[in-house]
Amino acid sequence: MPEQVSTTAVVLTVNGETHTESLPANMLLSEYLRDHLHLTGTHVGCDTSQCGACTVLVDGLSVKSCTVLAVSLDESRIETVEGLAGPDGLHPLQAAFRARHALQCGFCTPGVLMTAAGLLRESPRPSPTEIRAGLDGILCRCTGYENIVAAVGEAAAAIGEAM
Amino acid sequence: MSMTPFRYARPMALRDALADLTEHPEARVLAGGMSLLPLMKMDLAAPERLIDLGRVQELQGITETPDGIRIGAMTRHFELASDEVVGRCAPIVAQAAAHVGDPQVRHRGTIGGSLAHADPAADLPAAMLAADAVIEAASADGSRMIPAADFFVGPLVTELRPGEMLVAVRIPMLQGRRQHYEKVPHPASGYAVVGVAISLAVAGGVVQEARIGVTGVAGHAYRAHAAERALEGEGLNPGVIAKASSLAAEGEEILGDAVYASAEYRRHLLQVTLSRALQRVS
Ligand SMILES: Cc1cc2nc3c(=O)[nH]c(=O)nc-3n(C[C@H](O)[C@H](O)[C@H](O)COP(=O)(O)OP(=O)(O)OC[C@H]3O[C@@H](n4cnc5c(N)ncnc54)[C@H](O)[C@@H]3O)c2cc1C
Ligand code: FES
Ligand code: FES
Repeated sequence: MPEQVSTTAVVLTVNGETHTESLPANMLLSEYLRDHLHLTGTHVGCDTSQCGACTVLVDGLSVKSCTVLAVSLDESRIETVEGLAGPDGLHPLQAAFRARHALQCGFCTPGVLMTAAGLLRESPRPSPTEIRAGLDGILCRCTGYENIVAAVGEAAAAIGEAM
Repeated sequence: MSMTPFRYARPMALRDALADLTEHPEARVLAGGMSLLPLMKMDLAAPERLIDLGRVQELQGITETPDGIRIGAMTRHFELASDEVVGRCAPIVAQAAAHVGDPQVRHRGTIGGSLAHADPAADLPAAMLAADAVIEAASADGSRMIPAADFFVGPLVTELRPGEMLVAVRIPMLQGRRQHYEKVPHPASGYAVVGVAISLAVAGGVVQEARIGVTGVAGHAYRAHAAERALEGEGLNPGVIAKASSLAAEGEEILGDAVYASAEYRRHLLQVTLSRALQRVS
């Protein structure tokens, strides 16, 4: 059945760069980022929408990239952990994660950073309770979360001061 | 995990989506994908064709109508949870939506997908029952209105017919009603072990009309009619709350499983949860 391998035309902007693509419909966003663009900063842990390691931002909103079809996102803006640091160095979240030891093995970290980046856009000065609720969709098997919550709070304060 | 290939359509208009569904009875519609894509990845579903509803204009948006609100099927959970109109006219719907999954799931999942999927432990069905919602369904032949009380018929089974799509949900104006959604989430999955949505019209300290939607404990979400009747005409005092709560499972077959919640446990938890919800609004 030749139709089954047919592809769909999409335009995706990833970390500010526009890609005009023809993709198979069954390609997940995580597969597109990792296997097609070789942006392997986005990690795939559970691959069943449970752990959040694969989280990226789509039009500013956190999304688990293992559970979205790339072709569904035509004309969307996608941000991955590779795009987080700016020309002046680490993003305040990354700097706070380093200072606060908010990572150990680092496997969950790209997804946690992007989830937190989305949270801070929706809610620039979240309370610890709001940070915990905002990170509900990620799992970290190393840190016990305390340092992650502290780092997100610290990054929010740093971003607030810089503005 | 790679998925079995499928054909893919992304119509821009409702008419085209409905025509596609009529022409391809084997197709499934794709909304937020938060239930369908995991099933496809695990090979528990392998549709030959997906009709992506993401760009269908008519399925978007929340509008105020003379007697309530109309919520397009593709409205995402996070929009329901934060929308000003929903928060004012139907706070129970916003509250239940905020309990769905986690932020990432709420950014993609939709009200239409949640109701059409009809997971017996989903949150929004309970809110729809308490809100007296009406489901607007359409096929290539026309559209019809299905009261929420008739919509959920079994685990993952609804009143929707082949070729039919959920287009919107209509909620009557609930402003002024006492409303609350009380949920006991499963600690791992986050789905409701028990969820109770209540909406009460109270005047002069007396309950005029009660609506109670229950999820998580039976094969599908249901209205607790016996408990509703026990409240109507009464004041919200401890005796009445205890009586109504004891009737929450009346006439229903309560599910049990050996792994984490027996039927007896669920029945008890349901009684406690309804009682807490009623205390919250009394
Ligand atoms: C990690 C995780 C946690 C979750 N936790 C919860 C929770 O706590 N509570 C809860 O209630 N839910 C939970 N969900 C499910 C979530 O609410 C989904 O959004 C919802 O069940 C399906 O909505 P969707 O838009 O993603 O639909 P899809 O997955 O796209 O579709 C689901 C089904 O509905 C059909 N369908 C979709 N739209 C329509 C339509 N307009 N007309 C007719 N048929 C349609 C599809 O064909 C498919 O069969 C969770 C999901 C995940 C991944
Ligand atoms: S890899 Fe996507 S949620 Fe775990
Ligand atoms: S740092 Fe190891 S999983 Fe989070």
